[in-house]
Amino acid sequence: MSSINKVQDEIVEEFELFDDWMDRYEHIIEFSKEVPQIEEELKTEANLVKGCQSNVWLAPEMKGEKLFFKADSDAVITRGIVGLLIKILSGHKPEEIAQADLYALDKIGLKEHLSPNRANGLSSMITMMKAYAKATA
Amino acid sequence: MIAKTSNITFDVEAVRSEFPVLDRVIYENKPLVYFDSAASSQKPRIVANTVRDYYLNEHANIHRGVHFLSQEATNKYEEARKKVRDFINAAYDEEIIFTSGTTDGINLIAATFDKVHIKKGDEVIVTGMEHHSNLVPWQMMCERSGAVLKFVPVSDEGELILEEYEALLNDKTKLVAVSHVSNTLGTINPVAEMIKSAHGVGAQVLVDGAQSVPHMKIDVRDLDCDYYVFSGHKMYGPTGVGILYGKKELLNELPPYKGGGEMIKTVTLEKSTYNELPHKFEAGTPNIAGGIGLGAAIDFMLREDLTDAAEHENRVLEYCENRLQEEFSDIKIIGQAKEKTGAVSFLLGDIHPYDVGVLLDRLGIAVRTGHHCTQPLMNRFDITGTVRASFGMYNTTQEVDALIEGLKRAEKMLS
Repeated sequence: MSSINKVQDEIVEEFELFDDWMDRYEHIIEFSKEVPQIEEELKTEANLVKGCQSNVWLAPEMKGEKLFFKADSDAVITRGIVGLLIKILSGHKPEEIAQADLYALDKIGLKEHLSPNRANGLSSMITMMKAYAKATA
Repeated sequence: MIAKTSNITFDVEAVRSEFPVLDRVIYENKPLVYFDSAASSQKPRIVANTVRDYYLNEHANIHRGVHFLSQEATNKYEEARKKVRDFINAAYDEEIIFTSGTTDGINLIAATFDKVHIKKGDEVIVTGMEHHSNLVPWQMMCERSGAVLKFVPVSDEGELILEEYEALLNDKTKLVAVSHVSNTLGTINPVAEMIKSAHGVGAQVLVDGAQSVPHMKIDVRDLDCDYYVFSGHKMYGPTGVGILYGKKELLNELPPYKGGGEMIKTVTLEKSTYNELPHKFEAGTPNIAGGIGLGAAIDFMLREDLTDAAEHENRVLEYCENRLQEEFSDIKIIGQAKEKTGAVSFLLGDIHPYDVGVLLDRLGIAVRTGHHCTQPLMNRFDITGTVRASFGMYNTTQEVDALIEGLKRAEKMLS
């Protein structure tokens, strides 16, 4: 199993502990506190993933052979899901990130947050993460 | 304080029983609370049944058909036009143009008005609280025609600053476009007064009635507006149908909007002559089911005394505003106009509206969050969005209580 999928399976397991949806959101809000913070000076137009509902800022960083991400969002729940995505994708080889199949959010029932209809910036954020990965792979 | 007594006959439970969707339980065990009627209202049985019956038993293309079904469908469609005419007290059937909705009606006027009324340097006035659909078409028209777009500013309370409006009016003003009720703030604008002033300088007025028609009795002759536009789906009717009302002599002056069938009188390969009102503006096969369904929505609304229904809705709105202010120390109600209907916009401290909306949703409560297609208004208040609860005649104060409980929970989780 790839290291990315290992993280995804762990996250799915974690969320399965919660029956109540509000508890799941509590957990997502916890994740929002763990997002590797993008520096204020990197919150530029170029790093902004503008959504109609909420905004996401995202910056990539290569360390050795691995690609890391830093991010932020103006909405807590969006930031929490950003945190989940970063936990899944950050710190792996670019080619792994580019090829990753993001199934965890679907499995824990957060799929609708990734729909472009939500206009919260998350769908474009994934596209951007993958584009960075492809460009550096 | 003496409780306000009321002798209204409005029976909200009877109204609710006409809307099966309101009985839904979502996300396993959450009774649905629908506070998003300003985006689109729910549909009563009579509307759904009328549309279904039309499709199952009565459908044919309308106008010029010699056969039974076509004539029957034509009659029903034209009956719906008459219902709309009576509903808004227009003088003639042909002043009622079926459109696909408010946006379509505004675009019809914005695409044709400049061809007969605008020369370079003329002025068009809109307000700082318009929905994008009553702003962008005028920007496009002005760009094309060289007219200048002017804006009526909005006060801190969320009201139009009328002195500024009066000061903008001059003999170059050709058109004023204003919403009757703000979709974001719920502000009722004094359109009758504004129309009178505009007419004083020879300007015409288009009123965006998308958010007013569902909540109040509209009399276009009393208002003396030149154009009035609204949508079926916000007034308990089907989606994809709307109305443009225009004074007959003014609609006659405008050129056709779209070319096609229905809107022509004679066609040769080189040239066509155009049909008369209302058909001149109704090219192509219309939304027949939508039109007939809109007629049913009017029947539904007229079963109630609309003044009583409005009083009920305003009580729910007022109750909501009062409870928000009582229960949350850092609540900020955006839009504190004296005259409001239909909606309340607010911010809970510095909590992002999206977070509030997501959590309320999981509690079964449907609100809308974001800029509500009024970005200039958001800029005016220096915010990026609000949480908006909006009401229909089926909403109750108990539902407001559920909203308040949901907000308390959301606030606790997010702060």
